[in-house]
Amino acid sequence: MSAPTLPLDMTAPAAKQQGGEAIRFENVTLAFDDKVVLDDISFRLPHGETKALFGVAGSGKSTILKLALGLMKPDSGHIHVLGEDVTQMSEEALFGLRRQIGMVFQESALFDSRTVRENVAFRLMEEGSVSEDEIDRRVREALSFVELERTVDMFPSELSGGMRRRVAIARAIVTQPEILLYDSPTGGLDPVTSTTIVELIVKQRDVYKTSSLMVTHRLQDAFIMATHYFDRNANKMLPLPKGVHCEVPMAFLILRDGKVIFDGDLDDLAKTRDEYIREYIA
Amino acid sequence: MAAGDFQVPLISPAEFAKEKIKALQDYALLTGQSLANLFRRPLYVTDMVQQADLIGVGSLPIVILTGGFTGAVLALNSASTLSRFGSLTLIAQLVSVGMVTELGPVITGLMVAGRNSSGMASELGSMTVTEQIDAMRALGTDPTKKLVTPRVVATVVMLFFLTIISDLLGLVGGNMVSSFLLGLDSRQYWTSAWQSLVWRDVTTGLIKPVLFGFVISTVGCYFGMSTRGGTQGVGRSTTQAVVVASVMILVVDFFVTKLLITLLGYR
Ligand SMILES: Nc1ncnc2c1ncn2[C@@H]1O[C@H](COP(=O)(O)OP(=O)(O)O)[C@@H](O)[C@H]1O
Ligand SMILES: [Mg+2]
Repeated sequence: MSAPTLPLDMTAPAAKQQGGEAIRFENVTLAFDDKVVLDDISFRLPHGETKALFGVAGSGKSTILKLALGLMKPDSGHIHVLGEDVTQMSEEALFGLRRQIGMVFQESALFDSRTVRENVAFRLMEEGSVSEDEIDRRVREALSFVELERTVDMFPSELSGGMRRRVAIARAIVTQPEILLYDSPTGGLDPVTSTTIVELIVKQRDVYKTSSLMVTHRLQDAFIMATHYFDRNANKMLPLPKGVHCEVPMAFLILRDGKVIFDGDLDDLAKTRDEYIREYIA
Repeated sequence: MAAGDFQVPLISPAEFAKEKIKALQDYALLTGQSLANLFRRPLYVTDMVQQADLIGVGSLPIVILTGGFTGAVLALNSASTLSRFGSLTLIAQLVSVGMVTELGPVITGLMVAGRNSSGMASELGSMTVTEQIDAMRALGTDPTKKLVTPRVVATVVMLFFLTIISDLLGLVGGNMVSSFLLGLDSRQYWTSAWQSLVWRDVTTGLIKPVLFGFVISTVGCYFGMSTRGGTQGVGRSTTQAVVVASVMILVVDFFVTKLLITLLGYR
């Protein structure tokens, strides 16, 4: 196969080891006051895989992403991210690790006193070593990835919810991090915008081989991701050819009452006998 | 009274004390960090200048007004007392020492607390509840460096100069009253106002705004960063920040005055 030219020329992460794992949760338990949110959670996210986190509201999905970033600490257990145990790291040391991780927050969390450009460029400007021209080029690239080049000088308050979400994605991917954490990237969006975002995530997975955790309360989105791939030549998401056994690195993790009740791929999910899960799939 | 009469859930005194001690600990930690950040890279100079502009230039009108009227009313009040003892000429000394050692720093501090502690608490508070603070941490930037330290530096520096301006305007206000209402000689007023100031008064008057500026900014930032519970929480933090900063200014003022009197040995 000839190497197709990428639609985007972003610097690929230095080393994306094959095998090994990007994230590993080991017996993680967390309670807020008396309420146990995560009860002895363990799972692993292999390099290059995208895992959909699914569960009802309040089941601790956002909490898992924040724990992975070290934004909060578990009561017990260990969390390994890119080989480092974030539960044992100081905030100072975590800042370094977080530069290799992109996060899209549930409510976008754009800096509302900064323009779209400044939001997307935030990380590059903070690094201090990137030239103005380079920043400009990469911001435009990231924004064209989410098809929002024209909003560059606008403020977040001037954008719709879907546009804010896409700016948040651009901010997360501008440095092409090793790991991406998406918190409900399609939540509350219209079907068209949702599909655009699903396509973006599939593109990150198949073109850039980014390892990611994606929180969703819509299993349909995750199903689309498991049954589609991103075709670089056509530059769009296409359904996996039928008959040919061709798999994409997509997995599912389902939470219920603080426990992991399912962790596996689409085939496993189709075969599961768990009543609760079957009800959701139906 | 039955427990049910209370709107807020009752917590045991032990629980309450624990909460307050934890808050105090967090405040001390934030304060320590904001200072330690001065010696760590990166130092956000642009953010400092931007904050200084916001705090300094923005507060100028109210500081001019409050300083001027405080000096004027100080002159009015002293005049009625002094005239009873037949020493109306002492008015310049009273206004000058009163403004420089006490009223200039405290009035300016309270004004800036009202304006900027609340501003910081509400700005950082909304950033906290909309997860912008978490987003900043997630992007690899320390919010205490990027947001808190610039505010602390800017407030300390600007309050120092605002206090000097307030002192001067207070003297001008006192001068207005003494020449227009009491018919005293203006040149004599300025000479005695100037001569009555000893370096200890000036030192006291310049140490206070530094401490008050520190109190205003750290309290504002602390309440902002520890905001919980959505927009309602932002409102609560804002009010608390102003109240706590104002009370702390007066408390700190008392102890600093006492300490400086002991150290510098005057009066
Ligand atoms: N900072 C916090 N303080 C107290 N409770 C929290 C906090 N963050 C989350 N929770 C609680 O933890 C539970 C899981 O929250 P979250 O991870 O946001 O759920 P979701 O799966 O909807 O993203 C919820 O019941 C929420 O109320
Ligand atoms: Mg959530």
